[in-house]
Order: sequence, then structure tokens, then C-alpha cells
Amino acid sequence: MKPARGTTVIASILLIACLNGTVFTLGRVDRLRTGASLEEILYISSPKVLKRLSLGYDGLLADVYWTRAVQYFGNRHRGGPENYKLLAPLLEITTYLDPHLVVAYEFGANFLASPLPDGAGEPERAVQLVEKGIRANPDEWRLYYNLGFIYYMEMRDYARAADAFARGSERPGAHPFLKILAANMAQHAGEVETARILWITTFESTHDRQIKYNALAHLRALKVEEDVTNLEKLVPVYRERTGRLPASLNDFVSARMLPGIPVDPTGRPYKLMPDGTIEVRDPDDFPFITKGLPPGHQAPRPDFSKLKMELPH
Amino acid sequence: MNARISHIAANTFREAVRDRVLYNLIAFALLLVGAAILVGQISIDIERLVVINLGLTAVSLFGMLIAIFIGIGLVSKEIEKRTLYTMLSRPVRRWEFIIGKFFGLAGTLVVNTFFMAIGVFAALLYVSHHLQRPDAWLLVALYFIILQLLMITAIALLFSSFSSPLLSAVFAFSLFVIGSFAEDLRGFAAMTKGLTHWVAGSAAYLVPNFSALNVISSVAHGEAVSRQLVFYNSAYALFYAALALCGAVLIFERRDLK
Repeated sequence: MKPARGTTVIASILLIACLNGTVFTLGRVDRLRTGASLEEILYISSPKVLKRLSLGYDGLLADVYWTRAVQYFGNRHRGGPENYKLLAPLLEITTYLDPHLVVAYEFGANFLASPLPDGAGEPERAVQLVEKGIRANPDEWRLYYNLGFIYYMEMRDYARAADAFARGSERPGAHPFLKILAANMAQHAGEVETARILWITTFESTHDRQIKYNALAHLRALKVEEDVTNLEKLVPVYRERTGRLPASLNDFVSARMLPGIPVDPTGRPYKLMPDGTIEVRDPDDFPFITKGLPPGHQAPRPDFSKLKMELPH
Repeated sequence: MNARISHIAANTFREAVRDRVLYNLIAFALLLVGAAILVGQISIDIERLVVINLGLTAVSLFGMLIAIFIGIGLVSKEIEKRTLYTMLSRPVRRWEFIIGKFFGLAGTLVVNTFFMAIGVFAALLYVSHHLQRPDAWLLVALYFIILQLLMITAIALLFSSFSSPLLSAVFAFSLFVIGSFAEDLRGFAAMTKGLTHWVAGSAAYLVPNFSALNVISSVAHGEAVSRQLVFYNSAYALFYAALALCGAVLIFERRDLK
């Protein structure tokens, strides 16, 4: 039997109209329900119950929950959150379902430990998560590295950081920097240098481009902060020699205090301000910097699309 | 409504109500509501919550099962019993058959939901001795469940129009599960770029979004549901059901029934 032409035409038109209608109304529903989904999903917040409900497919469910945790963090991060209250429970569920999902401890702890608004600002919970990961995966040197990183960067606990790096350096395949880091921690020496080693280790030991870019942005920020500190130290020396403030960075070169005009990691020269402070040309190029910013200017949120994948010199 | 469509709908309703599976499921749903009362008694201070959550979940899940398992047989049964040929030899068009079947099952599901809702309210009255003003939001949750059932009925009918009952059940149930995760799929699409973003985004808009229609947990806490959400959810569900029905009509029009 041949289909009725009229019915086909009307049904096709209706089908297209309804498809457009669903897309439009769903967009409206989404606007009304921003961020609602995870609140509901965590109605089952007990990892034990979820493990039972997974009927043995706990590995797959762990992957689903890890993806949820990443999405939750990403969405909150982009939206400028007040808190990340569901992040820790999501990570707890993920790692209970699959205790060997090292990536969840590694990156999950970083999400938890970083201060607001870049992370959840919960370094204690991050430490608990990594300790749990180490108990389940005692040979994973990255977890010890993570633990030391959090103790040093977020908690300034040198003794525990040194212990974590030292334990990690004894694991098979550990990055050689771990021994140096352990030694630096023990001496509380060279804060900038230690931070640089930590970020270089992060850069070299990950395959994830976002993490690599993040490490690069921190390394560039360290370079800027070091340059600004050193240049600002030259100002009183110049003043003592000449009896006046330098008018520009050229004055340092003329006075043979610098071999050339210093440039920031983007290749642009630093600016000497009339009050003797140093600023970068474009502060928006440098997330994470705390020095070299114009007065009242906040460091921008990271935009990794601008970065080239090369370490600053 | 077209007289032929209403006749087909009435017969479908009658046939579904006579179906033993239907009665068993209702009885089981009511049993579950009864279990909610027992669970409520052995927990601390969450009796009402348990009754609402478990009761409405039972209404939703059993409604879904009824919609899928009866919906998938609507076309194939008529072909097996050869009653379809008798019907189509009369002045009944194929699209009228599909639409009539849809309305028949939709009517059955609305009536079922009504009786199951009475069971939920009775259980609620039993545990808390009186109904509170926020309990009225349960009616919105029940309305959303009916919208979900309309969507899944249309989907079951769509698969039933070209596939065997077993495969139709698998497809419809899979789409129900995927639809429950539709918001995560859209979240995933939002975080990706390029082709993945395009593919995931299209898939997310094409699968039914059941999660937006599930407000059980919020009404259990007495939270209000905005009028806008009721409006847009209604529009969405009706558009989606119509979309699936149009697909079913287009396929069934071309199906060789010899």
C-alpha cells in the first residue's frame, strides 16, 4: 500500500515543528533548573548503597561518578561558585566504587585543595582523599607527590610535605625531583625554587593538556613575580647611587645594573612606574600573579587558550 | 476528536484495563506503598519523606512499565491477531489507528495514576494523620509523572510501529534510562568542543529529558514548583510525544503489512 501523500507531508511538517518545539522548551526548562540535577542525584549519597545497587558493575559506575565530579567542578568553576559542597561526596563515592581509580584521587584532591574560587578550598579533605588513595594504591608515586604538593602549597606544612615527598621518592618509577623536593622541604629552603620544581614536575608528569597549561601558567607567574621582586630591589640601589629615582628601565641599563631591558614571559618589557614599582604590560596575560599588577587590579581567571606549550626560561 | 480515533481509543482502553498484567502491576504498586509505611515506621523522623518518595517513585516506575509493556504490543498484537487487517479494510486510516492507540493507552495510564495517587495520599494520611498545604505540590509531581508516561507511551508506540515487541521493549526502556541521564549528557556536551560537542549536544536534545520532569525529591521536602516550570515542562512533554507520534505515523504509513 502506498502511503497517503497528504498524511506524509502533514506528519513531516509536524515532526519538524515538534522537534523545534522540544529544543525551545527544553532550553527554557534548563534556564529554570540550573544546577538542579546533581542535588537530586546525590539523594543516594551513601557509597555503600551505590556499590550494592551497581550489581557488580561498580567500575563503570565509578567512571560515571568521576565524570559527574569533573562536570560538577567544571560547571561550578565557570559559574563563579559560592561553594563546591557536593565535590567531596562525589569523590568519596567515586573512590569507594573504584579504589584504584588513581586519577580521581590525583585531580580530585587538586580540585578540593585549591583555594576558592579556583577550587573548593578544603585542603584537609584533599589530604584525606589522597591518604585514602595511598592506602589503596601504595605504589603510586604520584599520590605521594600530590600529598606533598597539598601540604606545601596549601597548608605550608613543611614536615609533612617532606615526609610525603620522601616516601614517594622510594616508590617504583618515581620522578627524580621528588628527592630534591624532600630535601628542600626539610630545609625550608628556596620557596620560589621549590614551587618551580613542583610545577615543572607537574608539567612533566601529566598527559592532560589542561593540567599542563595550568602548570605553565603557574610557572610564568613565578617568573613574573621573581623578576618584579628583583627589579624592585634595584630601585633603592639606583637611588642611592644617583640621588634620584630611575625614569625608565633604560636607566638601569645605562647604569650597567642590567644587561638589557628585562621582558616578561610574553616577550614584552616590564613597566617602571613613577613610584618605583614594576608592572607587567598586560596583567590579563598572567593568571595567578600577585606582584606586577596595577593597584586594585585582580589577577585574571585562567584562559589557557592564549598559552603556548613551552616552559618559560 | 475524530469518531474513528475515539472508537480505537475506547477499545484500546477497554483492552488494557482487562489485561491481567496491568492489574498485577497496580496491586504491586499498592503493595509498595504499603511497604513505604512499614519502612517509615522503622526509620527516624522520615516517615512522611519515605511515603512520598517511595510512593511517587512506585507510581512513576510502574506507570513506565505499564506504558512500555502495553505500548510495545499495541501494534504487533493487532498484526498477530490479524484484527489490524479487518480494521484497515474499513475506512480507518493508518495514522488514525496510531493516534487512537496512543489516546487509549494514555487514558488507561491517567486512570491508573489516579488510583495509585489515591493510594499514596491514603498512605500519607495514615502516617501523618492530616494533609498539609505543601502536600498539594504532590499533585504537580503526579502531573509531571503523567507527562512522562505520555512521552514513554508515544516512544513505545514509535518502536512498536517498526520493530518486534521484545526489541521495542529494549529500545523504549533504554531510552527511558538514557532520558533519565539527559541532563548529564547536556552537561557533557557543554564541556566539550568541536565535533564531540555537536554530536553530544544533538543527542542530548534528541533523547527525552525525563530528569526535568522528576520533582519527587523536591516536593517531598515541601518545595514549591514554579508555574513557569509547569508550563514549559507541559509544552516540552506534549511536543516530544507529538514528535514521537509523527515518527510512528510516518513509519507505519510505509510499513508493508502483508
